[in-house]
Amino acid sequence: MTRVLTVIHALGLLLVMFSMAYLMPIITAVIYDNSLMLLDFLLAMVWTAAAGTLMWLLTRRHKGELSIRHGYLLVVTMWTAMPAFATIPLLMLIPGLSFTDAYFETMSAMTTTGATALTGLDDLPPSVQVWRHEMEWLGGLGIIVLAVAVLPLLGIGGRQLFKAETPGPMKDAKLTPRIADTARNLWAVYVALTVLCIFALKWAGMDWLDAVCHAFSTTGLGGFSTHDASIGYFNSPLIEFVMVVFMLIATVNFATHFLAWNGKTLSVYKYDAEAKAAVGLILASCLGIAIFLWWNEVYLDFLTALRHATFNVVSIGASSGFASVDYGQWPIFAPLWMLFVGCIAASSGSTGGGIKMVRTLVLFKQGGRELLKLLHPAAVNPMKIGGRVVPNKIVFSVLGFIFLYFITIATLLFILLISGMDFLTALSAVLACVNNFGPGLGLVGPGSNYQVLTDFQTWVCAFGMLVGRLEIFTVLILFTPYFWRR
Amino acid sequence: MKILILGAGQVGSTVAESLVSEANDITVVDSDDEKLQQLQDRLDLRTLTGNAAHPSTLEQAGIEDTDMLLAVTQSDEVNLVACKLAASLFNTPTRIARIRSVDYLNRPEVFSADNFSVDFSICPEQILTEYIVKLIEFPEALQVQRFSQGKASLVAVRAFKGGPLVGNPLSLLRSHMPQIETRVAAIFRNDSPLIPEGSTVIEDGDEIFFIAASGNIRSVLKEMRNMDKPTRRVMIVGGGNIGRRLAKALENEYQVKLIEHNKKASEKLASELKNTLVLNGDGTDEKLMQQEHVSEVDVFCALTNDDENNIMSALLAKQAGARKVVALINRSAYVDLLQGGKIDIALSPAHVTIGSLLAYVRQGDVAAVHSLRRGAAEVLELVAHGDQQSSRVVGRLIDEIDLPAGATIGALVRGDEVIMGHHDEIIEAEDHVIVFVTDKKMVPKVERLFQVKVGFF
Repeated sequence: MTRVLTVIHALGLLLVMFSMAYLMPIITAVIYDNSLMLLDFLLAMVWTAAAGTLMWLLTRRHKGELSIRHGYLLVVTMWTAMPAFATIPLLMLIPGLSFTDAYFETMSAMTTTGATALTGLDDLPPSVQVWRHEMEWLGGLGIIVLAVAVLPLLGIGGRQLFKAETPGPMKDAKLTPRIADTARNLWAVYVALTVLCIFALKWAGMDWLDAVCHAFSTTGLGGFSTHDASIGYFNSPLIEFVMVVFMLIATVNFATHFLAWNGKTLSVYKYDAEAKAAVGLILASCLGIAIFLWWNEVYLDFLTALRHATFNVVSIGASSGFASVDYGQWPIFAPLWMLFVGCIAASSGSTGGGIKMVRTLVLFKQGGRELLKLLHPAAVNPMKIGGRVVPNKIVFSVLGFIFLYFITIATLLFILLISGMDFLTALSAVLACVNNFGPGLGLVGPGSNYQVLTDFQTWVCAFGMLVGRLEIFTVLILFTPYFWRR
Repeated sequence: MKILILGAGQVGSTVAESLVSEANDITVVDSDDEKLQQLQDRLDLRTLTGNAAHPSTLEQAGIEDTDMLLAVTQSDEVNLVACKLAASLFNTPTRIARIRSVDYLNRPEVFSADNFSVDFSICPEQILTEYIVKLIEFPEALQVQRFSQGKASLVAVRAFKGGPLVGNPLSLLRSHMPQIETRVAAIFRNDSPLIPEGSTVIEDGDEIFFIAASGNIRSVLKEMRNMDKPTRRVMIVGGGNIGRRLAKALENEYQVKLIEHNKKASEKLASELKNTLVLNGDGTDEKLMQQEHVSEVDVFCALTNDDENNIMSALLAKQAGARKVVALINRSAYVDLLQGGKIDIALSPAHVTIGSLLAYVRQGDVAAVHSLRRGAAEVLELVAHGDQQSSRVVGRLIDEIDLPAGATIGALVRGDEVIMGHHDEIIEAEDHVIVFVTDKKMVPKVERLFQVKVGFF
């Protein structure tokens, strides 16, 4: 029990810090909205800060060092408590919104999923828009640090692989020796990228509010939009192009970006096998689907096909989840392939979700190794990624991760099927939530949203997002009896 | 000349052996007195037990009046330190070090006078690797030696029935290939040398040495025997220094399999090599060899440290159907025994690498020395200096040069041009002259011929 109290103590402090995030919608409310909204956001801020302070004060006697076990618990409670507090302004400002839908919305934001249960987005007040997008951006911020600095320490699912090191000749180029420094540096890259994206989107034709909101959800690979029609609302190839570029940048490991920035060199990307594979797969899929659509006469003009294929494939493949057209109407191969790419393509240490490209590479190479072993039983064939040898221990850990990943998908799929959902909707909803890309197919396709789900189904999807975002092990470990034993 | 050799290992003792016969004062230093004892029993030289990197040892070995230091111990670091000490404490004029590590070789400034003061560095493993690579490139050849940065090559090949020239006199070579310049420098029939003349008829089984521009090797080889299919599959046994370098040099152009018996070492090899299939197992395990289709292998190289293992695995591979087998054999007695039998090429590392060392030791301006037929014969690349008065070769027709019996001028390299050594060619100053000597005893005479006369008033 003392362990829980120590974690609550730390969580209280984090909530107080989190309440600062309300400053952004408050400023927006001052500029665009009336004083009632300003008051609501101030209230939400005070409540959150007060709750945090209370938790912090009540457990101050249990203040202590956080061990690795605390780490799991803290990460999970953080990712469940923050969305809960973040619902406050939504519940106050959107009439008729249930807590279930509000929590789904904030969880979707915090996990950078981008699935929405709201309609009439265009009519939401600007401060609420900013709040939704800011949460996505903060979720991305948390994920980068979690992925690059914290999870490797816990050693989850072969995460040691992606410790803040780069392969090949840059092997010794550790980011920085301390987690806190690493986190600060990665945030600097993330913030710089976001600022760049804001200006690029403004230049491409958005107004300031839309530019800020979309930059937040692009660099966070979230997928919220300020419009029901998502990016289709703008109908601008230039905006789509800018977003494609920034989404591709955001699918690459931020540690690599940091090394490139720090060394003022682009050569680090050459040694990032994961980034090469991820970007390569996504771009090849864009071209392939464009040809497929053109061939099937979905679009009569190849350039139009290429434009829509590129934006939507990059969006789903990079696990953000914007849509420029209703790709649910495309022949079924295209959207299913997009879901598949979305499951595997994002890099570790990026804001994207899913299995992560490096694990996919490990899996593929392991398959190749087994085949080679059959042909040459005496062969010594260590697994190499980007020229670096991956120890067998890590390979096993990755295989374990993949197994649990599929079990999770299958379990959630069956639960949704039991609840009465049709197969395509259920499968795509589970994939979209666990891999954090947002829109699925069928009832939850890009043309509609998650509002149609029952409360129970909504909670299942929200759980899927959490499990997927925190790399499955982190959440499931809390359900093992060993975790609670002393 | 007074020569101090540090290290009595393979390289050290072979160098000592070749130099002793050339009337030099030789001292060998090593920390292992048993090795030294063996050396002293065989050769007329002085030995000293001690650490080669200690100034006191060097002093005792008489480094103060030594003309040349050969630091060829197993350790790069000892060799470097010895050279540095020799330069800064004892003013030794010439310092040669054996350096294995690529790390050092990649940074030539390490060897400069400000740093470790190494005049010449040699890497026996690298020389041996290049030698084997050439053999794999030309699987028909017994030996390929390069001169003048690879412009000209000397190739040894065994004539076989089916080659257009076999059974015909040498003079026909010209009419067969009018556009290609080549010259047969020597022919060995039943291990005794013949002086090649236009009328000499080539017989099946003759060992022929010819010189040609490096680009023409293949065409000349075609005259001597039926050509094999080009090499595609290579199997290497032993992932030591040589095996590893060889695999690295070959892996992008050939299918390479490397067998290494040590598990740890094979894992390290596998992580280092990109396209080589590394196998963990014994090189004499016929089951493993079958599994890996040794019968399909074009060139099989046994390169472990152990002579007997190399011989056995090469024999096994040949038996199983490998097209050409190469065995690395340190003991020279074995080499003579095996070459030309079931084992196609018995490589003696000492003989392959000694040439590059000898080039520095020899008098006159010797650019390269390669020993042939396990040291019985030699080919030298000498630089002609001076003018008609001071030199006995410059400005003269090749015919007029007073070469000792058994020596022939194979070719000249003038700038970038390779000129065959026909009798009516005139040697100019600064020509690189490639001289083939069938009897090693004649080497000093040839060298003296190329020395510039000191003015005599």
